[in-house]
Amino acid sequence: MDLNYSPEELAFRDMVRGWLRENLPDDLRRKVGRYEELSRDDLLRWHRILAKQGWIAPSWPREWGGTDWDVVQRYIFEEECGYAGAPPLIPFGLTMCASVLLKFGTPAQKQRFLPRIYNGDDFWCQGYSEPGSGSDLASLKTRAVRQGDHYVVNGQKTWTTLAHYADWIFCLVRTDAAEKKQEGISFVLVDMKSPGITVRPLILMDGGHEVNEVFFDDVKVPVENLVHEEGKGWTVAKYLLGHERMNTARIGGSRRELEKLKEFASRQPKDGRPLMQDVRFRDKVTRVEVELMALEITNLRFLDQLRGGRAPGAEVSMLKIRGTEIQQALTELMMEAAGPLAQPFRPVGPAADFDEVMAGIAPRYCNFRKTSIYAGSNEIQRNIIAKMSLGL
Amino acid sequence: MKFDYSEEQRLVADSVRRFVAQDYGFEARKSIVASPQGWSRGVWAKLAEIGLLGLPFPTELGGFGGRAVDLMSVMEAMGDALVVEPYLSTVALAGRLVARAGSGAMRQELVAAIVEGRLAMAFAHGEEGARYDLAHVAARASRKGAGYVLEGTKRVVLHAPCADRLVVSARTSGGVADPRGISLFLVDAKARGVSMNAYRTLDGLRAADVRLDSVAVPEDARVGAEGEALPLVEEAADYATALLCAEAVGAIKYACDATLEYLKTRRQFGVPIGAFQALQHRMVDMVISYEQARSMASLACARVDTESDPRERSRIVSAAKIKTADAARHVSQESVQLHGGMGMSEELKVSHTFRRLTMIARELGDADHHLDRFARNSR
Repeated sequence: MDLNYSPEELAFRDMVRGWLRENLPDDLRRKVGRYEELSRDDLLRWHRILAKQGWIAPSWPREWGGTDWDVVQRYIFEEECGYAGAPPLIPFGLTMCASVLLKFGTPAQKQRFLPRIYNGDDFWCQGYSEPGSGSDLASLKTRAVRQGDHYVVNGQKTWTTLAHYADWIFCLVRTDAAEKKQEGISFVLVDMKSPGITVRPLILMDGGHEVNEVFFDDVKVPVENLVHEEGKGWTVAKYLLGHERMNTARIGGSRRELEKLKEFASRQPKDGRPLMQDVRFRDKVTRVEVELMALEITNLRFLDQLRGGRAPGAEVSMLKIRGTEIQQALTELMMEAAGPLAQPFRPVGPAADFDEVMAGIAPRYCNFRKTSIYAGSNEIQRNIIAKMSLGL
Repeated sequence: MKFDYSEEQRLVADSVRRFVAQDYGFEARKSIVASPQGWSRGVWAKLAEIGLLGLPFPTELGGFGGRAVDLMSVMEAMGDALVVEPYLSTVALAGRLVARAGSGAMRQELVAAIVEGRLAMAFAHGEEGARYDLAHVAARASRKGAGYVLEGTKRVVLHAPCADRLVVSARTSGGVADPRGISLFLVDAKARGVSMNAYRTLDGLRAADVRLDSVAVPEDARVGAEGEALPLVEEAADYATALLCAEAVGAIKYACDATLEYLKTRRQFGVPIGAFQALQHRMVDMVISYEQARSMASLACARVDTESDPRERSRIVSAAKIKTADAARHVSQESVQLHGGMGMSEELKVSHTFRRLTMIARELGDADHHLDRFARNSR
């Protein structure tokens, strides 16, 4: 057992770190650091910088642009990006749709979509949740009816992240209502410019616009956009679940937030001393820090097992639960550190001295409540562990 | 980066697991705990025979030169089996202090005796009012002729009644909490003036309050430089704490496994109680606590004897002890709750594991103590 990076791994980390210092644009780093909303252009600019470097899709097969990095190198890369304050890579195309196409796509589908995903030509979103189908996803009702060489899609998706930026959406749709609920589902790719699609914003409690409702009204989808066989969509969805990326713990990003929190709390006075020296506050920060130290090792232990060739299992769920709990605790402590100054939200009229950074702290706390709900709520993750890993 | 045990570490783990399975089952442990001595010389000889007593000592002293990571699997097995013998006291505390700071002759003689299973030791350090402050030493050592005379009382010295020799801390100068002025002395447990008020701890170990009444020791009984013992004591305490965290991991694992098994076999309302989601989610949280505690124990064991900066070493060990104490409390409480009334019973091992984990959470510093220490050693 050796818990230190090897010299090669350290050299790799330094190389990535040095490259990020040179190539991550300052304005993007600043926007991320101030928790500002990132535009479509912001996200795609960073995507294309990485694509040009050849690092946008490390886990893909070499022939499609992958890097042949092993799991630890991939982990180092993702965590360094997070720690440096790089914009997030939106996973819907790069990791989700691409994984599905690589596993189930026809040669023509791969040829058509993968290079465009790689280069950032298409922005993808994910059409899974519906108003009546959240955790019980297989109960979804959006219908796709075959008519000649098209499906005609009717229904509604919801909580669709960044649908307002997207060129394409991959959807789970019901192609056969008669069978048991998991069996009549198909996986289709839909052009967001198709007639009959309406995107309606859902504004969240932080005032931000990142999710949407997507309505399908007699939307025609060519049959060649079906992935895998008709009725096998649930197989595809389950495969995707198992192959979600391993950086779900977001260690690098949390390490950066922890440093920021400590630095911020050291500047907030309490009873004539820095807040960080207040034992009651300090102990809360320390417990989160210890949990994060532990999760980093836990994450690496799991990665090490994957390096041995084992498929990822329920441990990903554990990383998701603890990782999101840590992220949420950090946003809450940041708000606590701001004290009464966490209350101002938006200026009314001209307000030259309005502190935008301070005003972003409480909304971020609100926004991060999503992390224990999305991508399979933390309760669903516990069900997965109980069933898959504990045999309950 | 490598998380698997090496081939050698695996061999050690296998032999200790075999030993535990054969000689340290739950019934065997119960009779050892109930025996007049409260520990087993036979088990001790067996530990020597399979090399566990020599494992952490340097090869030039007859040991096997193992590092803390090499002892992880040993400690886990001991935590699983709830071993009560004075292993940590002998090899990680008193024996380590002698091996690192004792005179040439003292190291040779004592380490050889430990390795061969002829010597059990304890570290007599804690005192009334000290809580977990390692610098709090009121016992005095005064120069007299060619040696010293020791006076004072040591509280809750784990394994003192099992020990042939003690390493005793006493002040040669300075006030009660001064970091300077603490010295260490090797004292025979039967020396004139040493008396013990012995008892059993809640988790089945033997311990004693040790009175030192004009105990005369020669000059060469001193371990390390006069007045300079605190850094040595801190190092040994960190080392023992890292190993204690690994022991806790073994006990936590047992509590999780036993509880999971119970959830699958205990039936109520016509189904195994593990079918209930309220219990499933609590079980999952126990397992997450276990994995997180294991990660911190691994980190502490990997760094405690390789990290050259004492502040960083102490910071990491404190972080591990915070997590261990929290996880020990969480998992032990949940394991009893999920076992229902059976979890309370003396008949079930899980109630013994509960008691051991409750005490481990306090041994060598509770979470609050280590939260303070972590903050002091940060940055």
